[in-house]
Amino acid sequence: MTAETGPWLGQSIERVEDVALLSGRGRYFDDLGVRPGTLQAAILRSPHAHAVIKSIDVTAARAAPGVVAVLTGGEVTALSVSLVVGVRAPIQCWPIAVDRVRYVGEPVAVVVAADRYLAEDALELIEVEYDALPAVIDPTAALDSKVLLHDGLKSNVASDRSFRYGDPEAAFASAAHRIAVDIHYPRNSCTPIETYGVVAEYEPGDDSYDVLANFMGPFSLHPVMARSLKVPVNRFRLRTPPDSGGSFGVKQGVFPYVVLIALAARIAGRPVKWVEDRLEHLAASVSATNRVTRLEAAVERDGRITALAYDQIDDVGAHIRAPEPATLYRMLGNLTGAYDIRHMSVRNRVVLTNKTPSGLNRGFGGPQVYYALERLMQRIAVELKHDPLDVIRRNLVPANAFPYRTASGGLLDSGDYPAAVEMAVNDGGLSELRARRDRAHLEGRLYGIGFTAVVEPSVSNMGYVTAVLTADERRKAGPKNGAQATATVAIDPGGGVSVHIASVPQGQGHRTVAAQIAADALGLKPQDIRVISDFDSARDAWSIASGNYSSRFAAAVGGAIHIAAMRIKDKLARGAAAQLNVPADQVEFTGGRARARGNPDNAVPFARLAAASHWAPGTLPEDAHALRETVFWTPPQLTPPTDTDEINASLCHGFIFDFCGVEVDRTTGAVRIDKYVTMHDCGRVLHPGMVAGQITGGFAHALGAAVYEEFAYSPEGAFLSGTFADYLVPTPTEVPAPVILHMETPSPFTPLGAKGVAEGNCMSTPACIANAVADALGIAEIDLPLSPKRLAPFLHKPEPKP
Amino acid sequence: MPRLSADQRHCVRLTLNGRAVEGEAEPRMLLTDFLRHVIGATGTHVGCEHGVCGACTIEIDGALARACLTLAVQADGTSVRTVEGLAPEPGRLSVLQAAFRRHHALQCGFCTPGILMSLDHYLRSHPLPTETDVREFLGGHLCRCTGYVPIIAAALDAAERLRNGETDA
Repeated sequence: MTAETGPWLGQSIERVEDVALLSGRGRYFDDLGVRPGTLQAAILRSPHAHAVIKSIDVTAARAAPGVVAVLTGGEVTALSVSLVVGVRAPIQCWPIAVDRVRYVGEPVAVVVAADRYLAEDALELIEVEYDALPAVIDPTAALDSKVLLHDGLKSNVASDRSFRYGDPEAAFASAAHRIAVDIHYPRNSCTPIETYGVVAEYEPGDDSYDVLANFMGPFSLHPVMARSLKVPVNRFRLRTPPDSGGSFGVKQGVFPYVVLIALAARIAGRPVKWVEDRLEHLAASVSATNRVTRLEAAVERDGRITALAYDQIDDVGAHIRAPEPATLYRMLGNLTGAYDIRHMSVRNRVVLTNKTPSGLNRGFGGPQVYYALERLMQRIAVELKHDPLDVIRRNLVPANAFPYRTASGGLLDSGDYPAAVEMAVNDGGLSELRARRDRAHLEGRLYGIGFTAVVEPSVSNMGYVTAVLTADERRKAGPKNGAQATATVAIDPGGGVSVHIASVPQGQGHRTVAAQIAADALGLKPQDIRVISDFDSARDAWSIASGNYSSRFAAAVGGAIHIAAMRIKDKLARGAAAQLNVPADQVEFTGGRARARGNPDNAVPFARLAAASHWAPGTLPEDAHALRETVFWTPPQLTPPTDTDEINASLCHGFIFDFCGVEVDRTTGAVRIDKYVTMHDCGRVLHPGMVAGQITGGFAHALGAAVYEEFAYSPEGAFLSGTFADYLVPTPTEVPAPVILHMETPSPFTPLGAKGVAEGNCMSTPACIANAVADALGIAEIDLPLSPKRLAPFLHKPEPKP
Repeated sequence: MPRLSADQRHCVRLTLNGRAVEGEAEPRMLLTDFLRHVIGATGTHVGCEHGVCGACTIEIDGALARACLTLAVQADGTSVRTVEGLAPEPGRLSVLQAAFRRHHALQCGFCTPGILMSLDHYLRSHPLPTETDVREFLGGHLCRCTGYVPIIAAALDAAERLRNGETDA
């Protein structure tokens, strides 16, 4: 519904983005024109999981119709340097195979031709001679495999760090029980419907690159790309299109292709465009990490956990591509989840295997951690014969403990977890659900109930990944921390208001919420505000934290918009004070006017007041020149890792409590979600419709990860999920509507009280569904996806031998 | 049946949203590429190019089709409707499009043109669908943003409004 009056925040107003998007007038990457003479690229990719490239013959391809250039590893290494690798190890990371391929789909050659059809024709003329090597796919096997992915390393373990918080040894020694889970979390991806796209140009006159790509950030990768291209940051201009066809983290992974296509443009001497196709995307864009976890708890008789011991082996694939190994470190401050657990040991290993390199994906590190932690909570309940909900309740961080410092350094900003759980139990109808389960059991059906409680981190600390280094290494490298959010609010000569943001929206509706924020600050309507969100590193205010990830828009960027708009407002108030003959603090902005508080007839139209700084600055005191305010905002709570490796990896921490009822078909093994309840506390809700959309969307991704989706590899390294007929994305027939409940405890650390909300169900839902399935089947160990193939052994006797 | 030469471009003439358009295409050119890059109608999106995601769904001579599984030359002489043809006039929305906006039934909007084309077609012949009907019918579309919940709500809302006599004009 479109409301008529403010305050606008908190209302589900219609989105300013939608008329164009609904009418076929979006401006996505491939909808934008290119310079005349722009060439098209196609990429030859490895059919092998692991092989030495003995030779590449591109003679015939270079002579093919329309072909202008062909690049292989040799051309790329001659003109660039390796992408920065985030661990201390003598290994490199190139955007194309150099002498050796390490995963199916790794780029081997790039053909640049007059059009894409001709470029693909020429790919077929490239002769590559491979010498196949054995591949290593299983991360545990990779630990001590004789098959080494990188010659610079003595093993496939690129990093091995241990952490100790509190006194875990004493807690385990005195515990009544030790209960553990072993988890193999699979690979998956949120696969946006728009694939990657890059168009690049090189200017030899000043040795600069100009690139348009549907990259989403983080812009900490901008200097990484510039460095690889051997140009200063200010000689690498990176722009993004106005619209994006979704990302969910995945469009971080376009950055190696930015480097590759930029080099192609340099070699071709003309602008070069590349659009990834779906088969390329599934095989070789990016993937979440798969992870092997052993998690053990020291538990008292009543179910109270006194210590945790994590052993995590995170599989980043064939290369450590920035910002990895961040998947493993985003959660370091939050490994105790929603629970008050003071003692913990952690061993984190980063392992290389012959798979696609990993990167950002909705939930980023959360799904892997919470699957282990929340499966463990259920196992504690089963083994100690407690109600699983009681085990959760017994361990929650208490309501009076906020802000709460976790054992590993996270700072939980606000919440009331016990109250949220009770509200969900009552309003979500848990007792009715239990009655449904009991009836199902009487009818002989396989029905189970699962629970999860999750803390959802948002607004990442740019320093958390340095926890992969030792304190000594960090001291040598210099401190990294913070998360600069930026926003600009500008007044034009017509007295109109524009907002410029570097949040690189991927479809969430940032322009609408930005307009709501500025409209509330200035007493205007959202439709009066023009919001510009396509990004240009040469012109916009940005920093390394810019971009669209870690659910940072509402909490961080929204706050920066608010601060910038309030600065404009304060200046306008000083200008209005003279005209209205009242003190500046008695000027209020409402209904498109500035007026004297308590005397609404003493007013001046907003546009007239605002335009005055352009047309008649001499009539205004200097501190009333309201033209353009750019705000950089970074929260002080995001400090670097301490010498003892405590890290507050995220600024905000929402709370989620889920429960669900699930039925497993005895014959087919199909999992049916009977009811799903998800309680969220994401702080102050800025736009309820968008928050609901983030929750239903995240829930659908999580359902896919839980039941259908897997990037599967054969033991030899063949990729088995290469089409949308093999990689099964849920459709409308598979995704039910979850029951969404809310509680609002505003964050004290963000200007608007908002927290992130986009990723939480990707953390809570897979474990919740698995807990319900494990309850239904009465089984202890269960890995994702919960496909009929995986559940069949629990339902049927082994097939008789013929 | 016309004989086409693989290495030549052929003139393709069709009616796009009621207007005559023409352009040249090699026989292997996909209809998606023809519409987007030859004609300049970029509203039809390319999501998978193997007929699963449904983003490229259009109407050809009144029947739904995946433009990514159609050659441009196959569309010669046909009447094609795309998302650009749904709105009654620039800046205004059809009943279905307006329902999508009201229900926040799109986020990134990339899959939306195909879903709109399918639903526009479906609701004309199925004025009284149930939620299950709409879910089954849309089973050939992938949306990664919304979780489908608001799409289903928008479709049912639009169906009701169309039954109650609201029109696009």
